[in-house]
Amino acid sequence: MEMKAHAVKGRRRANPYLDLETYDPEADLMVLNLGPQHPSTHGVFRLKLYLDGEIIVKVVPFVGYLHRGVEKLCEKLTMVQLVPIVDKNDYVSPMMNEQSLVMAFENLLGVEVPRRARYLRTVLAELQRIASHLLWFGAFAMDLGGALGGGATLFMYCFRERELILDLFEELTGCRFHYNTHIIGGNRHDVPAGWAKKVHSAIDTIEVRLKEYETFLTTNDIYIERTRGIGIVDGPLAMDLGITGPVLRAAGIDHDLRRDSPYHCYNEIEVRVATAMAGDCEARGQVRIAEMRESIRLVRNLIDGIPEGSLGSRKPIKTPLAEKAPEGHAYAAIESPRGELGVYVIGGGNNRGASPYRLKIRSPSLHVLACLPYILPGHSVSDAVAVLGSVDPIMGEVDR
Amino acid sequence: MNPWVRGLIYAVVITNVFLTITAWSIWFERKFSGRMQSRLGPTFYGPMGLLQPIVDGIKLIQKEFLIPATADKILFVIAPPLTVVLALGTAAVVPFSADIIAADLDIGVLYLLALGSLTIIPVWMSGWSSNNKYAMLGAMRAVAQGVSYEIPLVLASLVPVILAGSMSLSDIVRFQMKHGWFAFWPPGPGFFAFLFFLPASLAEANRIPFDIPEAESELIAGVSTEYTGMGFGLLYLAEYLHTLVISAVASVLFFGGWDGPFAPGLHWMVLKTLALFAGIFWVRWSLVRFRSDQLMTICWRYLVPGGLILVMSAGLWVHFTRGGG
Repeated sequence: MEMKAHAVKGRRRANPYLDLETYDPEADLMVLNLGPQHPSTHGVFRLKLYLDGEIIVKVVPFVGYLHRGVEKLCEKLTMVQLVPIVDKNDYVSPMMNEQSLVMAFENLLGVEVPRRARYLRTVLAELQRIASHLLWFGAFAMDLGGALGGGATLFMYCFRERELILDLFEELTGCRFHYNTHIIGGNRHDVPAGWAKKVHSAIDTIEVRLKEYETFLTTNDIYIERTRGIGIVDGPLAMDLGITGPVLRAAGIDHDLRRDSPYHCYNEIEVRVATAMAGDCEARGQVRIAEMRESIRLVRNLIDGIPEGSLGSRKPIKTPLAEKAPEGHAYAAIESPRGELGVYVIGGGNNRGASPYRLKIRSPSLHVLACLPYILPGHSVSDAVAVLGSVDPIMGEVDR
Repeated sequence: MNPWVRGLIYAVVITNVFLTITAWSIWFERKFSGRMQSRLGPTFYGPMGLLQPIVDGIKLIQKEFLIPATADKILFVIAPPLTVVLALGTAAVVPFSADIIAADLDIGVLYLLALGSLTIIPVWMSGWSSNNKYAMLGAMRAVAQGVSYEIPLVLASLVPVILAGSMSLSDIVRFQMKHGWFAFWPPGPGFFAFLFFLPASLAEANRIPFDIPEAESELIAGVSTEYTGMGFGLLYLAEYLHTLVISAVASVLFFGGWDGPFAPGLHWMVLKTLALFAGIFWVRWSLVRFRSDQLMTICWRYLVPGGLILVMSAGLWVHFTRGGG
C-alpha cells in the first residue's frame, strides 16, 4: 500500500519526555490539570500541562477515567450479546462500532454477507460519518469560543442537521442512537417504505447547509486566526504514532481504508479521498468538510441502487446464544469517522463456548491522543483546547 | 430644588432603572439567542418567559454563597458588589435627556473612563482571592486586556471631545444637536472612532469576542469559577450593566444622545441605547473567540496607531473648519 503521496515534511517536534530541570532550573512553572472534569476535554480526559506563563512547556496526557472493561466483558458475553455493548464505545458513531465487530465475527465464522446487506451497511456508515463530522464541527466551534456565544450558535446549527440523520436511523432501527441493527451475516432491520426518499431530502438539506459551514471555515477571520498553523501533525509523526483518519489525511498522507482495503460494497464504487497539506487544525477541518461532501455524494449514488435480495445470509438460528465461536482468529477494520477502527477476535472453540477467547478493539481516538505531547508545547492554553477539539477524540472509545 | 436632594432622587431612579433594564436584557438576550439558534429561549414563566429574570434572581439568592477554604475571604466577598457599584457609578453622568442626568460633570468623559478602567481591580480581586488556577489565569488575562484596551478607548473617546470642545456629556450632545451626529459628520473621524470605541469597550467589559478572561471552554469560567449563588449573580449582572452603560455612552458620544425628531428626548435615548445593546448581542452570538495574544496584537498593532491618527484628524478638522486656537 503506497501511503506517502505528498506528506507534510517532518518538522521539529517537542520532546514529550522533557526534563523540567534542563528546561530552565529558574523557571517558575505552573502545573495546570486540564481535566478530567473540564468543559472542553470531550469527556473525561486529563492533560497535565506545565505552563511557563501561559505557554505550554510539557504535556502529560492521562487516559482511563472512562474505563468500563468492555474488552473483558467481551470475553464473558456471547457473540450476539456483544453488539449493543460495543455500541457505546464510540458514542458519536455507534454504527461503526457495530459494523467492525460484526465484520470480525463474520470473518471468524466464515459467514458471507448478502449484497443487499452490504449496500445497506455502506449507506448507514456514510450517513453516520456525516452525523459524526457534524457533531465534531459543532463541538469544535464551541471549543474555539463561546459556549455562551457564537460557538453555541454553530453547535445548535450542527445539531439541527444531525437530527435529520438521527431521525432516519430512528425510522430504520427504532433507536436514535444505540441501534443494535447489525447481526452476524446481515442486518436486522429492513429499509422501510419511502425511506430512500427521506434520505434524499435529508442529504439535500444538509448539502445546502454544508455550504454555509464551508463559508465559515474559509472566510471567518477569527476562525482562520485560531486554527491556521496551530497544532501541526506532520506526516512522519502521524505514521510513527499510528494515527489514522482525518488527522492523517490532513497531514497529506493519502490513506483511506474505504479505498485501500475495501469492505462492504466500497469495491463497487469509487471513493474520492480528501487530503490536505498543512496538517494543522484548519486542514483537519477542511478534510472533514470534504469528507462530509463525499459521503453525501456516496449516499446519493447508493440509496436508489440498493439491490434486492435477502438481508441475512443465514437462516435464523434457534439458539443464537449457544452458537460457538470457532477456534482461530480474525481481524476486521473499517474507516470510522475518526480513522481505522479495528476489531481483533480470537475464538476459543469448545473451551470458551459462545464467547470469544479474547477481543481487542483498535480505537483511532487513542492513537490520535498520543500526538498531543509532541505538538502542544509552544502553544498557549487556548490552543491546547483548540487542538484537542480538532483531533476529535471520543473518550468512550479511548478507554473502552 | 436642593442639588443634593435632586442628585439623590436621580441616583435612586437611575440605579433602579438600570438594574431593571439589565435584568430584562438578560431575558431579551436569551430570547434573541434562542431565535438565532433556532430554539425558543425561555417560555415557562410568564408570557413569553418574561418573568424568567425574577425566577433566575430567586434561584441565585437561594443558593449558598460558598467561600473556598483557601480563599482570601475579605477580597472574595467584596469583589462582586464592587464590580456592580463601579458599573452603576458610570451611569451617573449619562444624560438621558436635556434634564434627566444625575450629575452633569464638566469632566464627564474623564470620569467615565476612570471608573471604567477601575473595573479591572475587582476582577483581579475576584480572580486572585479565589485561589484557583483557572480564576488566576482569567484574572491575568483580564488585567492585560483591560489595561491594553484602555488606550484605544481613551483615544476613541477623545475624538468627540475634541470635536465638541467639551468633556461634559450633555455639552457633547448639545453640540451634536446643532452640528449633526459625530458618527456621520464630520465624515471620517467620528464614524471610525465609533468603530474603535465599540470593540475597545467590549474588550473592557469582557464580552465576546473579547470575553477571554472567562473563556469557558478553556478556563471553565475564568474569574467567576469559584463563585456561587449571588456572588456569581452579581458578577454576571455587572457584566450586563457594563454593556448597557457602554451602549448608552456610545449613543451619547456618537449618535447624538437624546437628539431626534417627533418624540421626547428620553425616548430617543432609550431607543438608541437598546439598539446598540441588541447589536452587541448580535455580535456576541455570531462570533467565536480570539486568543489572548491575538487580541493584544489587534490592540497594539492596529487600534492604538489608528486611534492616534483619528485624534490627529479630528484636531485638524477643528483647526481648519473653525480656525482653531
